[in-house]
Amino acid sequence: MAFEMQALQGGFDDPPRQASFAFRAAMMAMARPGDIQHIHGGAAPAPCSAAAATLLLTLCDRETPLCLVGNHDTDAMRDWVNFHIGAPIVSACDAQFVLGRWTAVPLSDLPIGTPDYPDRSATVIVEMDELSQTGAGLSGPGIKDRASLNLPDIAFFQDNNALFPLGLDFYFCAGDQLAALPRSTKVEG
Amino acid sequence: MSQDYNFAYLDEQTKRMIRRAILKGLAIPGYQVPFASREMPMPYGWGTGGVQVSAATLTPDDTMKVIDQGADDTTNAVSIRKFFQKTADIDVTEETSKATVIQTRHRIPEEDLREDQILVYQVPIPEPLRFLEPRETETRKMHALEEYGLMHVKLYEDIARHGNIATAYAYPVKVEGRYVMDPSPIPKFDNPKMEMAGIQLFGAGREQRIYALPPYTQVVSLDFDDHPFDPSKADAPCDLCGATHTYLDEVIMDDAGTAMFVCSDTDYCRSRREAGHTGAQSAAQLHEVNA
Repeated sequence: MAFEMQALQGGFDDPPRQASFAFRAAMMAMARPGDIQHIHGGAAPAPCSAAAATLLLTLCDRETPLCLVGNHDTDAMRDWVNFHIGAPIVSACDAQFVLGRWTAVPLSDLPIGTPDYPDRSATVIVEMDELSQTGAGLSGPGIKDRASLNLPDIAFFQDNNALFPLGLDFYFCAGDQLAALPRSTKVEG
Repeated sequence: MSQDYNFAYLDEQTKRMIRRAILKGLAIPGYQVPFASREMPMPYGWGTGGVQVSAATLTPDDTMKVIDQGADDTTNAVSIRKFFQKTADIDVTEETSKATVIQTRHRIPEEDLREDQILVYQVPIPEPLRFLEPRETETRKMHALEEYGLMHVKLYEDIARHGNIATAYAYPVKVEGRYVMDPSPIPKFDNPKMEMAGIQLFGAGREQRIYALPPYTQVVSLDFDDHPFDPSKADAPCDLCGATHTYLDEVIMDDAGTAMFVCSDTDYCRSRREAGHTGAQSAAQLHEVNA
């Protein structure tokens, strides 16, 4: 019974308004790599963060194949996604969205788009312990001079940027914190 | 707000689809993301693309400004502003500095936009190569291969025929050295302003494309070394506020062809007049001449 209740809870109370605020934060994050936004309103079974749950509720639906990886691929999480979002749960190579911790994400299996349609690439939602504007130096579209973000890797993101206009786009979540790193951002160690 | 409408008119699934397209557009600046454009309660050509992008972007806390060729009081601007007042119950303004979301048809406001402001363009033909190559399959390949020679040939033919690049609006730009992009039919005077602090979103409803520019994205107007880009404007000051640095409309005053020049950005011109600036035909000046 407790298990079922968990799957039914944690959606938006007022989807049009909550999703609009969450999307604004998600858009600001994607438009300004390294900026840390705060989003809330969604609550999914552990270990999914509030930011990641809110992002899923805002961006995913029946049309967006979702891949859960590592300790995010639980029955409780699948039930929650099934009830609130309805996204088909798929393997990495078919995913439009991916949710999990950095070490669990099968990066090389994910679609990076095609030269004709570079938008047909996966968006990876990475769960982090914390987000801070330290570490890797970022530059490129959306960044005035230079920004910083504690990325879980550096070489991978440099390779991802080299694929531009192909490549993966990333959201990083910790608690209600949200930051983003699109493929267009140049990363320095 | 009328309770008969979902917030900002569109249903949530449509908004999610548009939001996903906007995010991919921001991740690939200048690339046109296909989206499943919906029929809107207005005809194509009246900003259905911009309206859909605005509807997916607005929050209940936003203050919206809508301009058509720089003016807040034209039919297109007034009706779109009323549409969102009715369906989203948001605040509206005519002042650029007070707006958080600005939907525009064919102008960029004269006042510099801030980091928290979003500019939504209404785009008729998003494909800059369309009049050079009518087939979508071909233009898509040309973008994929970065094959933009044809565009330079077009600009060169302008020079061969007219002595200069005669393209005055929808002047093609290259974004971050990769995608050639149509800036929508803004005057080329506005092209340099596209490197701005705000987020720029472009919606083409009939053509079903969304594209975007994050803040501070490099936007270069195409040109040649010996024919550099020239953001020209009418060689006159505004007859109402005296501004020499703004984009001007030429207004024919009588059957003899007498013309006056006025700022196309009505809010900017009004704020200058309120600050005491005068032009050759402003009321204060005319009064002095008559006295």
